[in-house]
Amino acid sequence: MQLVREIGYLMQKDFRLEWRQRATLSGMLLYVGSTVFVCYISFALRGGELPAPAWNALFWIILLFTAVNAVAKGFLQESRGRQLYYYALVRPQAVILAKIGYNVLLLLGLGGVGFALYALMLGNPVQDVPLFLLNMALGAIGFASTLTLVSGIAAKATNSHTLMAILGFPLMIPMLLLLIKVSKNALDGLEFDASRSSLLTLVALNMIVGAVSYLLFPFLWRS
Amino acid sequence: MKNNWWKGLAVVLLLYVAAAGLLMPVPRLAILNESIRNLYFHVPMWFGMTAVLTASVYYSVRYLRAPTPQLDILSHEAAKTGIYMGFVGLATGSIWAKYTWGAWWTNDPKLNGAAIAMLIYGAYLVLRSSFQDEQQRARVSAIYNIFAFAAAMPLFFILPRLTASLHPGAGGNPAFAKYDLDSNMRLVFYPAVIGWTLLGFWLAQLASRVAFLKQKVYDKQLA
Repeated sequence: MQLVREIGYLMQKDFRLEWRQRATLSGMLLYVGSTVFVCYISFALRGGELPAPAWNALFWIILLFTAVNAVAKGFLQESRGRQLYYYALVRPQAVILAKIGYNVLLLLGLGGVGFALYALMLGNPVQDVPLFLLNMALGAIGFASTLTLVSGIAAKATNSHTLMAILGFPLMIPMLLLLIKVSKNALDGLEFDASRSSLLTLVALNMIVGAVSYLLFPFLWRS
Repeated sequence: MKNNWWKGLAVVLLLYVAAAGLLMPVPRLAILNESIRNLYFHVPMWFGMTAVLTASVYYSVRYLRAPTPQLDILSHEAAKTGIYMGFVGLATGSIWAKYTWGAWWTNDPKLNGAAIAMLIYGAYLVLRSSFQDEQQRARVSAIYNIFAFAAAMPLFFILPRLTASLHPGAGGNPAFAKYDLDSNMRLVFYPAVIGWTLLGFWLAQLASRVAFLKQKVYDKQLA
């Protein structure tokens, strides 16, 4: 119970921080917007719609880079002193769960905005929108839980920003393969049964990653 | 001698595999032809790699529970040995693929899995090299080692079964047993798996001993 309350406070703190320094939030929104616009310039201006597989792949690549950038600042922006302060106040599990929860909500928001812009500019060939959104939500959870611990790891090292990408990408490729597969099914409007096993694997993967983060973070925190 | 019998076993098994693998009769199959003998060298590499990397994670877990420099060295050297075995596995597989599938690299789930594993452990090595402080390096890289293994390894066994693959035993392709009608190949294949795995452990042990000695010399110079 104590843990839940601590998570609540920490998430509240993260949101409040985000709201007060609106520069980072608007920066991320602009990042998504300009990436989508670059894609629009590079593809759609030539005339004609993108073929569905390319549309799909491009969308996930945009989300991937957005996620890496958005989550990276999670631990990088916190000063050493403030981390020590948390260390004295709350248990480490609360810190990682709060960060994951916050990043999930952040990525859900960014993904939603990204999808809206992307569909607006490059057309929306998705036939099964609920499945697509469900898949995107699972993707946001997966990206957030993988990248949160990775950003914690990267924050300890000297060249954090490069490390964030090289540590995170290989871990996300298996997840990305599943996500792209399901979202292709949603694009083609296949029935739900076709995507069930992939979705279940995604859920299981998210649970593994979450559980391992929960177990490992206290060790990372101690240093 | 009592503790080293397994090294003798490795030598005997590998000599047997080299001789019997190249000389014993193999099933005559179209396309595969004599290249089927690569089974004794290519496939055991992945068994060996998985075993050695599992050992590396085991040492990482032990390091986090009770940190000593030795455990860090063991886990690092085991991971490096796993990477070497992975590269040998990729090389043998690539040559095999060239002669049977007609290309050095194909878009196959198992190949992608192997590439992801190499990327992950490449990232592990980069992560290790970006720390000045030894204790912090040991702890953070142990955390990444466990996290990457837990997040990615299950998928290497699940993903190939979900998607179509050129490898036997996946995507509706017949498994190894179908080619090996008279079970003669098993007489060489199982010893090969054991032999190469033991060789992997032996290499990791030797590398760790060299690292221990280096550490000792370094400590003496400091003193």
